[in-house]
Amino acid sequence: MSATTPAHVVIIGGGPAGLTAATRLRALGVGRVTVLDREQQMGGIPRHTDHLGFGVRDLHRLMTGPNYARRLVTRAEECGVELRLSTTAADIDGTAVTLTNGERMQADAVVLATGVRERPRAARLVPGDRPAGVFTTGTIQQLTALHHRSIGRRGVIVGAEHVSFSAIWTLRHGGCTPVAMVTELPRHQTLAPLRLATATRYRVPIITGASVSQIIGHTRVEAVLLSNGRRLDCDTVVFTGDWIPDHEIVRRAGLAMTPHAGSPTVTQTFQTSSPGVFAVGNLVHPAETADVCALDGRSVAAAVVRWLADREWPSNVDAIAVEAPVLWAGHSSHGVTARVAEVIHGRLQLLADGHVVATTRRRQLVPHRAILLRAAVSPVARLMVRLAE
Amino acid sequence: MKTVPAAGPTGGSRREPVDCIFDVVVIGGGVVGCAVARLLSLHDLDVALIEAGADVGAGTSKANTAILHTGFDATPGSIESRLVARGHALLREYAPMVGVSIEATGALLVAWDDEQAARLPALAQRAAANGYLRAQLIDTAEVYAREPHLGPGATAGMVVPDEHLIDPWSTPIAFALEAAANGCQILLNRRVTGCTVGSETTELITTTPTGALHTVTSRYVVNAAGLHGDTVHRMFGFDGFTIQPRRGELIVFDKLARPLLRGTVLPVPTAHTKGVLVAPTVFGNIMLGPTADDIDDRNATGSTRTGIRTLLEKGRRIVPSLVDEEVTAVYAGLRAATEHSDYQLSTEADARYVGLGGIRSTGLTASMALAEEALSRLRSIGLDASERSGVAVRLTPLGEAGDRPYQQGGRIVCHCERVTETEIVAACAGPLPATDVDGLRRRTRTLAGRCQGFYCFAEVARLTGWDPAS
Repeated sequence: MSATTPAHVVIIGGGPAGLTAATRLRALGVGRVTVLDREQQMGGIPRHTDHLGFGVRDLHRLMTGPNYARRLVTRAEECGVELRLSTTAADIDGTAVTLTNGERMQADAVVLATGVRERPRAARLVPGDRPAGVFTTGTIQQLTALHHRSIGRRGVIVGAEHVSFSAIWTLRHGGCTPVAMVTELPRHQTLAPLRLATATRYRVPIITGASVSQIIGHTRVEAVLLSNGRRLDCDTVVFTGDWIPDHEIVRRAGLAMTPHAGSPTVTQTFQTSSPGVFAVGNLVHPAETADVCALDGRSVAAAVVRWLADREWPSNVDAIAVEAPVLWAGHSSHGVTARVAEVIHGRLQLLADGHVVATTRRRQLVPHRAILLRAAVSPVARLMVRLAE
Repeated sequence: MKTVPAAGPTGGSRREPVDCIFDVVVIGGGVVGCAVARLLSLHDLDVALIEAGADVGAGTSKANTAILHTGFDATPGSIESRLVARGHALLREYAPMVGVSIEATGALLVAWDDEQAARLPALAQRAAANGYLRAQLIDTAEVYAREPHLGPGATAGMVVPDEHLIDPWSTPIAFALEAAANGCQILLNRRVTGCTVGSETTELITTTPTGALHTVTSRYVVNAAGLHGDTVHRMFGFDGFTIQPRRGELIVFDKLARPLLRGTVLPVPTAHTKGVLVAPTVFGNIMLGPTADDIDDRNATGSTRTGIRTLLEKGRRIVPSLVDEEVTAVYAGLRAATEHSDYQLSTEADARYVGLGGIRSTGLTASMALAEEALSRLRSIGLDASERSGVAVRLTPLGEAGDRPYQQGGRIVCHCERVTETEIVAACAGPLPATDVDGLRRRTRTLAGRCQGFYCFAEVARLTGWDPAS
């Protein structure tokens, strides 16, 4: 460990991004690093994602979510990170953090790592009755992994992103039969092997080009009606994906936002529009895998240390410009990540000061799916992502 | 003469107090029935409240626009006009004493064209005719000065400074708790399915959800059955009105939208409806609605694609940036409208019966005045009721403008609404406990927030012991 600097960094959110940033900051010699998390356990979403798929890019091993979360927590503890559980940050004012109980912490830097949640049924404006049995993946994962509760008997999964396939797995392990997966888009939005596994191992049909047009049921869900006229009898509906950042603190603090992402705008080194305030993880790119978030945390640490030393901050923090059908683009630890608004066959390109610096290979681009553009660009370059001609 | 039953609500498992003859039974545990039961319990009477559902305030009362109206736009001379004005005064005084949150935001009635603007002076006169003298006409510039986020096209406005926001969930619960604390029996899960009116007493046959029959005997009966008011009315052999449910769909926006409005924004009303309004809630959200659809099904409390689309179109015109915010909830309520424009109140001496029918969307505001009205009508047909001092109740206020328990520390379980573990545990105990997620939401705000349970549902299920699979 290098020489200790007497600074205090407060990190809001103890998921992969926040914990990794904290560990790294201590390794870089920051005197006091505090991670605040409102839950009773640190670890964020991987805590309850009880299957393999974690740790590949950051820890170079394949782990389950709960094991991965435990590993990140242990590492942070070993590095002398102060972990405060059941502690809710309400607001930031510069680099001062106010908790919900009124306590104020004056920090030298703040790292926001509050993560994402899935858009629930109401936010998707799905009409119908309001019976019990309507969940998100996050909820059913917690019910099964943390509390060993059953969920229902027959479940319909809304969405066909990566996480939607996790929902199938969770339903099966919770004793609930996945009846069908429904997506408005013309195809699923995950990796081919996952899709294949679903079709062969779990035999869950994917109904594409259809949305849930009505939920039926007085006390418990009885069925859903689809926009194509089909009726699916079920007692459980799981709304999956369609991620939205947990950005209340960001919005209340008036930080610059990236339109359509719901994220604070950040530079390549995760600086927000407010000096001393950084943002990392799925808060700034809804949503990528946990290891990408962890790598954000690792790379923000160096930027935080630089800020603590020189107190210099860019005068402008601009969102990456986009042209339709690109919905938004932002920085992640492994490059510029973008999302499209519709299914389109083509290539995206990243421009720096008007020059093309990266182009994806031609393929089908689907909404919700991360599209990565990697290039070394100047921190002051004006960036744009658009469809290549 | 009679056996005084023990106080407190009776669930399906408790023995029915068969030997007891009540002085008054109130049918219907909505906001009106609860208000009536509360007032009666503060008199030297044996009172019972019978509710078909599993909780009080769980029907139409939970799904309204949550506004404490002044009654400025009522029909002058109507019963509704009189009771809304009186109810406003009573509830405004009562709410702060028992911990029901109210907020004095005022309302702004906005004209969106010259024709509507031309009708504003008449509305001000109507307000005066209703005894409301503080309405104030303002010009375009003042409209935008007051509500800068309004969309373009507003031509004039009328400020109604005394329109309040109120917590619609806590109001019936406060009434019912106070009634229970003062000896009123609260009989839940008992639908009145028949009655026999005798010369001295009336026998009400009630049916539980599992089909068990019970008889409740009372000298006097007050019908506050809301959407089923006409059914009960006919059961007693009376006629005169038919409930035509009018569905109102509402959209609740994220708390991050709250700064967009100072107070309630009303349209110029038509004969059919008060129209679609945009209003803050005491919980710190912004609400858009209601629609007004006459329907036949008294259980059709689902939202519709058309309703949601209509509201969003209207909302976009009223406060354009509102519709860019996330939606936290969509719900629908059924107003107990009838073929008449006014409340349908009746007093039947021979049957010792008072009917409070056709109480539409203003029922929340008028509830305490309707209770006074019911008592005075009961007295007019021979009920002897002397006042006595009662036990007061005090709820933890749920409003965002006041202090909340989380600010004193304590573990927050529901993060979106900042509800503590202590509050959740307390809501599941006591004389009128929450028995399901909906009841818990109305008592504490748990699960009423933007994540709709993503973060806390599993923990709530653990704390309450409720089965997520049922």
